[in-house]
Amino acid sequence: MLYVIVGAGPAGVVAAEQLRKLDPLGNVTLIGDEPEAPYSRMAIPYYLTDKIEEQGTHLRKQSGHYDAHTIDVVQDRVVSIDTSINEVHLASGDKRRYDKLLLATGSSPAVPPIPGIELAGVHNCWTLEDARAIVKLAKPGASVVLMGAGFIGCIVLEALALRDVKLTVVEMENRMVPRMMNETSGNMIKRWCEEKGVAVHTSTRAESIEQSGSGLVVKLSNGENVAADLVISATGVKPNMQFAADSGIETDQGILVNHFLQTSDEDIYAAGDVCQGKDFSTGEFTVQAIQPTAVEHARVAASNMARGHHSEHAGNVNMNVLDTIGLVSASFGSWMGTEGGDSVELVNEPAFKYLSLQFEDDVLIGASSLGLTQHVGVLRGLIQSRTRLGDWKEKLKEDPLRIMEAYLACAQGQSTSMT
Amino acid sequence: MQKSLHIDPGKCTGCLQCEMACSLENEGVFNPSKSRIKVFTFHEEGRFVPYTCTQCDEAWCMHACPVDAIVINAVTGSKDVKADLCVGCKVCTIACPFGTVNYNADSGKVVKCDLCGGDPKCVSSCPTDAITYVDANATGLDKMRAWAAKTDNSVSADA
Repeated sequence: MLYVIVGAGPAGVVAAEQLRKLDPLGNVTLIGDEPEAPYSRMAIPYYLTDKIEEQGTHLRKQSGHYDAHTIDVVQDRVVSIDTSINEVHLASGDKRRYDKLLLATGSSPAVPPIPGIELAGVHNCWTLEDARAIVKLAKPGASVVLMGAGFIGCIVLEALALRDVKLTVVEMENRMVPRMMNETSGNMIKRWCEEKGVAVHTSTRAESIEQSGSGLVVKLSNGENVAADLVISATGVKPNMQFAADSGIETDQGILVNHFLQTSDEDIYAAGDVCQGKDFSTGEFTVQAIQPTAVEHARVAASNMARGHHSEHAGNVNMNVLDTIGLVSASFGSWMGTEGGDSVELVNEPAFKYLSLQFEDDVLIGASSLGLTQHVGVLRGLIQSRTRLGDWKEKLKEDPLRIMEAYLACAQGQSTSMT
Repeated sequence: MQKSLHIDPGKCTGCLQCEMACSLENEGVFNPSKSRIKVFTFHEEGRFVPYTCTQCDEAWCMHACPVDAIVINAVTGSKDVKADLCVGCKVCTIACPFGTVNYNADSGKVVKCDLCGGDPKCVSSCPTDAITYVDANATGLDKMRAWAAKTDNSVSADA
């Protein structure tokens, strides 16, 4: 079998390894367009704070890993797919035949329609190359404007704060990380950042970026002008799927797939940030764009590609964890709740502690937390196992912090009652 | 022969010696809050439940790690965090459905049970044999794995 994987991020690499394992005689090619060893974008913030060297971002650490697994890593970019003869066409002019193709091309930063966005000194924080540029410009004391306080913006925020820059954050929504925190907890993160010396403007837009001497000036919708040595744009990402759409593959928010992660072409699968896969909580097909989902997609897709379709993909629990200058937040599943559902919310503003649990009947369906670092994974465990909480639901409504006890009593009842 | 921790909550008196021993072995201090095994107290029923990683086959933590910092210990079968590679992103802490990988803000890295390399101190410190280290086949490991399988929503590609 000829397997071709497009995209050398976590989904691509894990799929390549799985295919190698499941089909030892298969021919596995991994095509990535960046001039780097396959690496993790998630590790970039830690590179920015000098916690790791560049090699620390690499997905696999052993030298010769890909050769040892007979995975042919090719640096090139796929420009189109000829689905009639199962062939991908590469930017170099090269062509590759495939029996099964996996699209794991990830996403790219969206470019906000702001005058001046193209100026030198305005950077994304997405690739290792971006990170190298930021390291040069974000010197201690430099003025930095960060546009976007979503998940990626907030991860970059922490790295910048630790580099001792003078930081201003601009977010259009009325709170920070609006896709994982509600107004209460999102604004607790904002207050935390402000207390750490970061200027945070929510419900504010950057209206233009202009050159001013050797620096830049960002004009904000609240009338303020902020001088900047560096502007970082983190206003969202969009899936890298145009080449697939142009080749006749069906797309929506991402590349459309069925319950087997198979696209509209029977020999082509999709995984990771580019894939509009099934959400465990809603049953709908959405782009989650998170690491655990990318890796699970990769393993499921590889299995289906190599062994045929044996079981349906049940969907992934959407979840995120974020550290904002030492304040850890996490969200799971339907953290915003559902209509007709039940919930409990613990808010401790002075201590920056927050926990919200969302129920449907006596089943936990979602949660979000601030300042919780111990045993947070059981929130996923309870959601994904759809464990009935029984009496424990009322106990959790009295004290939501007893989540671990609830888990032990309900989900692992068989082991806790063992004598 | 693979061995694993066998926990019998019925024998636990809540003395917390396991937490002290774990903290001393792994962190060099007597501080239960730094222990990788935790004893949970059920006041209403007067019951104590020691709890730590089951070293599950699914290894959610290991697969979720973006930088290959969690590896299988070839000798004990435990899933070990390589502290020099861990960047502290915490994805494993939300991926583990058992809640047994935790973030340590002091080190900026995650910690989990590694069976002390084959000589678990929670076992040697337990005065009532509530925690034992025995042949994996003889424990409730299979039950826990059955539960883990219930959580598994993906095709087991390793099957």
